[in-house]
Order: sequence, then C-alpha cells, then structure tokens
Amino acid sequence: MKQHALSTRLWHWVNAIAIIVLFMTGLNISNAHRYLYWGDYGFDPKDAWLNVIRFPGWATIPQHYNLALARDWHTVAAWPFGAGLLFIWIAMLTNGHFRRDLATTPRDWSLRAVMASLKAHGGGEAAPGYNPVQRILYGMVFGVLLPLMVFTGLAISPGFQAAAPWLLELLGGRQSARSLHFVAAWGIFGFFVIHLALALANWRLILAMVTGGKCHAAEPAPAPPPSPSDESPSHG
Amino acid sequence: MVDLPRRSLLAGIAALGASACAKINESETAKSLFKAAEDGHRAVHRALAGKQGLAPEYTRAQRSPTFRGNGSVTVADPFYQEQLGKGFPDWQLEVRGLVERPLQLSLADIRALPQRPQITRHDCVEGWSAIGEWQGPQLATLLDAAKVRPEANFIVFRCADVLYGRDYYESIDMVDAYHPQTIIAHALNGEPLPEKNGAPLRMRIERQLGYKQAKYLKAIEAVASFDDIGQGKGGFWEDVAGYQWYAGI
Repeated sequence: MKQHALSTRLWHWVNAIAIIVLFMTGLNISNAHRYLYWGDYGFDPKDAWLNVIRFPGWATIPQHYNLALARDWHTVAAWPFGAGLLFIWIAMLTNGHFRRDLATTPRDWSLRAVMASLKAHGGGEAAPGYNPVQRILYGMVFGVLLPLMVFTGLAISPGFQAAAPWLLELLGGRQSARSLHFVAAWGIFGFFVIHLALALANWRLILAMVTGGKCHAAEPAPAPPPSPSDESPSHG
Repeated sequence: MVDLPRRSLLAGIAALGASACAKINESETAKSLFKAAEDGHRAVHRALAGKQGLAPEYTRAQRSPTFRGNGSVTVADPFYQEQLGKGFPDWQLEVRGLVERPLQLSLADIRALPQRPQITRHDCVEGWSAIGEWQGPQLATLLDAAKVRPEANFIVFRCADVLYGRDYYESIDMVDAYHPQTIIAHALNGEPLPEKNGAPLRMRIERQLGYKQAKYLKAIEAVASFDDIGQGKGGFWEDVAGYQWYAGI
C-alpha cells in the first residue's frame, strides 16, 4: 500500500491550484469593498468591525483591480474546490484514511500528547499514522476550515439563499457569512504557510505526494491511543 | 495562427509566473470556462431553490437605518429633473416589444395595481448589503396584462440614467421575470423612491445582485434575444466591465 492513495494525491494538487486561485482572486474581490461587518446588512465603513488593507497587485489575480475577472475565476475555481472537498471526504471515509490518520481520541487532545508530538516532530518517516498535533490540525482543516469556506461562499450568493435560507440564519446573516468567509480564508492561508514550510524542509515529502511514496506491506492495525513514550515519528 | 488549445496551454504555464494573465483571460477557452461555471451555478441554484423559491424577507426592525444609493444617484435629463420636482405626474412606463398589447402606465396606474410589499436585502457585487421595504406590483402582473408572446425569452429594462455616456439597461430571463418577488418598486420604506434609489420606479429582482436592480425605469421590453442591445451582453455593467449576466452568484 502506498503512503498516499491516488485519490489523496489527485485531490491534493487539484485542490492546491483551486485554493491559490480562490485566495488570490478573493483578495482582488476584497479590494472592491474593504470593510467587514457582522449581521445581515452593512455598507457604512463606520459600522465595520474590520477595515481591511488594500491588497497589492502582486498578491491578487488578476494583478490589477478587476472585479469581473476576479469573480469569473473565483466562480470557476469554486467548482473543483467544492466538488473536490466532497470527493476527498468520501474517499477518506471509504479508504480508511480518515479513521487511520485523522480521527482523534480524547487523549490526543491532552497537553502531554500535544507536547510529545511537537518534540518528536522532525523524526523519521518510516512509521505510518499521524501524531496528535497533525491529526488535530488536519482535522480542523478538513472538518472546519474547508467546509466553512464552501458554506459561507454559498451563503453569500444571493441566488443560493433561496435554496437554503437556514444557512444564512445559522451563519448569523449575510455580512457575518462574508466576514467568516474572509477569516476562514486567512486560516487556510496560515495552514498553507506552515504546511509548505514543513514540506520544503523535507522535499521527499513533496515527491511522495506526486508518486505516492514508499509502499507499506499492509495497513497497520488500528493504532492504540498513543502515549508519550511510544510516539510514532512523524512523516509530515 | 497557432492552434487554440496549445496557445491556451502555453498561456496557462506562463500565468504561473504571474505575468501573462491578460492573455489567458482573453482567450476563448477562458471565456467558455467562465460561461460554463456561471451557467453551472445558475442551474444548481435553480434546481435547489426551484423557480419560485423565495429570497429571505425581513421584519421592519431588521431594516438598515438608511439605504445606500450606488451607481447612478442622479439623472441629468432635464425632463427627469422637472418631473422629479413635481412628483412625476407625467412619467410613463412603457411595456413593449414582443407583446400582444403594448402598455403605457402612469405612476398612478402602477399604484392602482395589486401591490406586493417586501422587506428584502440588497447585495452589491462589491460586497456590501442594505435592507429595505419595497412596494410595487409584480412584473408578472404587467407581463400578463400586456400578453407576452411565446417567442419572448428575456425581459429588458430601459432606464433614464446615463453612465459613461451609455444608457443604463439590464435584462433577466422569464424565470426571474415571473418570480413572485420580482416587482416594480415605487416606494422604499413607505415613502416614494428617493432619487438616489431610482425614483420614480425601479426593479427588484431579489435573487440577484445590485446591478440587476435597474433604476429610473422608463420601459420594459420583451425580446427573443439581447444580442442586438448595447454590446450584446445583456446589461450595462456586463457590457462595460464584463460582469456576469447571471448576477445570482
């Protein structure tokens, strides 16, 4: 069995491109009205909870302010991003990736487990399975940040609100949904930076996400809750 | 001429270097991709919400304290200004195009039709939102009275305001034209429309963004296609800036 399933690798790279396009077009869209509000309405900068900076051209797609083109690319990239998230969740649940690598036990959330995995990080790469910090971080990205982007994105579309008015209510109104869309995007950006830094520190990890990496003889038995002393070394 | 897919591919690679975006954006491949994505979102919205699915409505307490005016906030035309001063006694709304019975309606005629009040949210393409109470007859009432011909596919709204030297106009398809919340508003928050919000008449198409909500309405026109109107993209901002015709995303 490969270290990374084909479904994981395919999704990873398609999603990487989609996220880069969505983030950089999103910064262009943000430049159109650089104020964030809570609640249903908001148009007056004096009611804003955040005055957003004007993002410079090098950080946006296109490289100059163009709301129409930014929205076109955002609308295009939303398809592989949203459909891809559904795809990878189904794949992770059916191929055991979720149970094996992402599901946490209460003990994973303990301070000792977290400290131990931080200390162990940078170790070998032979053993499968993620340490508690990785499980928690990846779990937050898959379970919270990425779905939040999809749902807040749908909620701020006026054509979608008629399909799911409950979604807008759940998120606290359209301007709250728009604010959450912005905050979650920066959360993903934060993950992206850490993820990229750790991957670049060991370029073989990037290669493994292309080729699938080393083959394992068999799927390991469901791991017992890790204790600090027998912490599996991380492989990213 | 280099064949198109290869040129698009090369442009795509160059764009990763972040300098050749203009080429990729102007390619036919990119344009058809944008169109496919836009149509896909519209199809999903319509499938999930149904043709008649309603946009959320709010209570009076949930309205925004004021309602921002945007785009054109005044109309230069001397006849308009004269009418504005007098309360639009001679303003006429025309219903024309592919209809059996063209109509000319005064403001009094519009107010005498069955009314639909609705407190709805207005979302600008830029990102901001305002909530106000609108009142007016449903567009469907006028279209039925004028007997729209079966070959009509779109309803075009003709406006009195001029931006960048062009007449403002917009268009919607028959699904949104016959949507219950598509009304011709003559009142905002219980008062006649202020000039900045589109006096004397404006459209409310509640499942689409602000640029669809045509203001200073002069005529409603049923057409088979909008290819020959303006630059053929179905609306002022679509022509001028390339905004999506389906403004529901």
